[in-house]
Amino acid sequence: MSDEWDVVIAGAGIVGSACAKECAARGLRTAIVEPGEIGGGATAAGMGHIVVMSDSPGQLALTSYSQRLWQELSGSLPHSVEYERCGTIWVASDDDEMEEVHRKRALYASVGIDTEVLDSCALAEAEPHLRKPLAGGLLVPSDAVLYPPCAAQYLVEEALRSGARLYARRKLKSAGAGIVRLDDGTELRASHIVNAAGADATGLLPQLPIRERKGHLVITDRYPGFVHHQLVELGYSKSAHSITTDSVAFNIQPRKTGQILIGSSRQYNAGGTAVDYQMVSTMIERARYFMPGIGALSSIRIWTGFRAATPDNLPLIGPWPEDKTLFLAAGHEGLGITTSLGTAQLLADHLVGNPTRIPIEPYLPERFVRNATHA
Amino acid sequence: MNEHFHVLVIGAGPAGISAAVRAAESGGHVGLLDDNPAAGGQIWRKGASLPKPARMWLARLNAASVERLHGWHVFGSPTSGVLFAERTGLASPAAEQADFIELNYDKLILATGARERFLPFPGWTLPNVMGAGGLDAMVRGGLRIKGKRIVVAGTGPLLLAVAAHLAHRGAQILAICEQAPLSRLRPFAMRLLTQPGKVAQGIGLRIATRDAHFYTGCWPVAATGRGRLESVTLQRRGKQWELPCDYLACGYHLVPNLELPRLLGCGIHEGFVTTDKWQQTSIPGVLCVGEPTGIGGVELAIVEGQIAGLAATGRVEKADDLIQKRTRGQRFVRALREAFELDPRLRALPLGETLVCRCEDVPFGVLRDYTSARDAKLHTRCGMGACQGRICGAATEFVFGWAMDSVRPPILPASLSTLAATGARGAHDPSNTTSNQNRRDTL
Amino acid sequence: MHEHAHNSDTPAITLTVNGAAVSVAPGTTVAAAILISGSPTRISVTGEPRAPLCGMGICFECRASINGFAHRRSCQVLCDSGMDVRTL
Repeated sequence: MSDEWDVVIAGAGIVGSACAKECAARGLRTAIVEPGEIGGGATAAGMGHIVVMSDSPGQLALTSYSQRLWQELSGSLPHSVEYERCGTIWVASDDDEMEEVHRKRALYASVGIDTEVLDSCALAEAEPHLRKPLAGGLLVPSDAVLYPPCAAQYLVEEALRSGARLYARRKLKSAGAGIVRLDDGTELRASHIVNAAGADATGLLPQLPIRERKGHLVITDRYPGFVHHQLVELGYSKSAHSITTDSVAFNIQPRKTGQILIGSSRQYNAGGTAVDYQMVSTMIERARYFMPGIGALSSIRIWTGFRAATPDNLPLIGPWPEDKTLFLAAGHEGLGITTSLGTAQLLADHLVGNPTRIPIEPYLPERFVRNATHA
Repeated sequence: MNEHFHVLVIGAGPAGISAAVRAAESGGHVGLLDDNPAAGGQIWRKGASLPKPARMWLARLNAASVERLHGWHVFGSPTSGVLFAERTGLASPAAEQADFIELNYDKLILATGARERFLPFPGWTLPNVMGAGGLDAMVRGGLRIKGKRIVVAGTGPLLLAVAAHLAHRGAQILAICEQAPLSRLRPFAMRLLTQPGKVAQGIGLRIATRDAHFYTGCWPVAATGRGRLESVTLQRRGKQWELPCDYLACGYHLVPNLELPRLLGCGIHEGFVTTDKWQQTSIPGVLCVGEPTGIGGVELAIVEGQIAGLAATGRVEKADDLIQKRTRGQRFVRALREAFELDPRLRALPLGETLVCRCEDVPFGVLRDYTSARDAKLHTRCGMGACQGRICGAATEFVFGWAMDSVRPPILPASLSTLAATGARGAHDPSNTTSNQNRRDTL
Repeated sequence: MHEHAHNSDTPAITLTVNGAAVSVAPGTTVAAAILISGSPTRISVTGEPRAPLCGMGICFECRASINGFAHRRSCQVLCDSGMDVRTL
């Protein structure tokens, strides 16, 4: 049984779903293949933040582009997506970090993202449960949080509404040279195959430079008003950059339900989904350093997930040099939710031959392939 | 706080008590942990005269050299041989050191018991609609019901026992509604004849509740009231009638508490922990007794507990007559299951707007589109609340056929300060292969 | 345990539920005290009044704030003199 498609997307996580919506909206005959639940992989395991980050120019460009796209889309999102523009405050513990705050403000301004510098008093007023005194922080009011599995569901539904087809609960056996084979024997012919399989991307393409980084999250019962903004310590970047060591960073998020989500942790070679209490404990102690009162909060669930990380912390978006039918939309590390919409635009623009709104070069997979020929 | 036990028993109901007592005979360090302040579990609760076996076993427990850990609940297991527990019933924020404990064990006996199964129907979330065991427990905890009008409903032997107790406390039992048809209850009663103790018990209960109408093939289809229960609509043989009342005590028999066995990776088959001749589970060093191995009542729990207590301390040669008793007791497991099988029409009780997940207020109508518990959970929040799917899970398992097979720590909520305290512990083995799960199953 | 009064040998425990004084026999759970006071134990996420369902600490309908400590399973906490109980 063979079907003909312009695009077959492997994976209905947030990135695959966004790509499907975009491709279908542009009139491409689009199919999505998903073995499990929509948005059930790393999409379900993450914090659901939409955050502009400036660790590299490529990251700043993609996250700011994408954050704006989420803003534009927010009015159409159903209630279940729980989109909340609560903003982010990057918290500075000392004067050095306050200098970093000002540098960051300038960087964000360069891509048109408004921010506000909070001094010690303003920070305390914005978040009364933070320890006092802290040096201050940078408020990014346009950042948001949402509930990813329902966001992925919405994006898939939009894709279907534009004529896409979902092959649900089907595993890919192989994908390449214009043919996608599913575990039930179905064969799909595609001009373009998009690997959006997240941490499983290497299952389809073992040579991808993607490694898994395990993360832990803890969610509490409902405490509405305890935290107002997403809070991240400036040291988060150090944690996100580390290639080898286990690390934690303060990252706390208010959910629309009033529950509080506490992260973040990163581990390589962590072996399995089991909860590592050493990491959880360290992560909570770090959070407690910034918010001493959280000890009394009741936690109702701890879980783990795997981020797909590339060596330069930028995702792989675009053609795979070794197979002209194969494209990538994977390796988003901790920014999959944020950059899903931007990724989808870049990929769809590239597929139909349109100029992209931001340069796609930093994300092209060819950067990791030796002797890659430029198209 | 950090303790080591040769044998650690989780759950101080009849199974756990008998396991601890027998294990303690060997002279090793035996611990018995339970979240309640007193031993007895759900079935041997204070506040009423306890039957003779209960008094006997509690006396033996008090005389035995067993370390009692009351008011603690297990929430996690970092590695095999270690459990984490937090103090239950705290009335002020945890003072870290005193309210977290790390428990190391050579042998673990899981006696976590069972809980009532609740099925959704219109109005079931109204205040004063409770479980049968639920209302019973609340009364033992000080709720006043003298003169109150109560309808007892659902299924299982618990209904009569609860009705008798409530009647004894001065409540007016309007009706006892058993969903099983008389045709199934008769063989069950006949089987009881082979067990004189149970017959006496049954007759005693019937006498105690003699003023109450006992209906079979009958169940509540709706609870109504403004802000609290005011009346219950019952259905029997196609007829419905409304009974004004103050409380509805409704529970559909029991489901085992499998959270801790699942967390530890114990093999589970058809909803119960699989055990071998010596109550040993698929995880070395972990035994399981009582209701989690099959709903079989107190007598079987006591037999299994003793077998495990002996097995855990290397004295299986003393268990021969217990093994025989267990075989007989397992017939009762089958008898219970057959007699109180749920009528399929109970699946059709919820309306579209009837809530199924009470923690997150997820209605039945929204859930109908999903085909698995995980899918429903991810997209509707069903099962994401504080009860961690305990209530809605049993309901969706019956109504939709969804398997409830995943568990996340903490298996009971724990404060963040307690979680922080787990870091400062003894030996940590990072290669914890027992709880390696399907990678996708992270929520 | 007796129904409307306690054994005269053991003094009643007085606590406050939502600001109002409630007297109960020793050994009474906070959940029972809340119901005795006439209040539901909590309000659900869509605004429904709720009271305990299971009585044994697994349904979480009995969550209340005790002495400022939120989300306590009140069926598992015994009343103490002077306790300040608030329902959500």
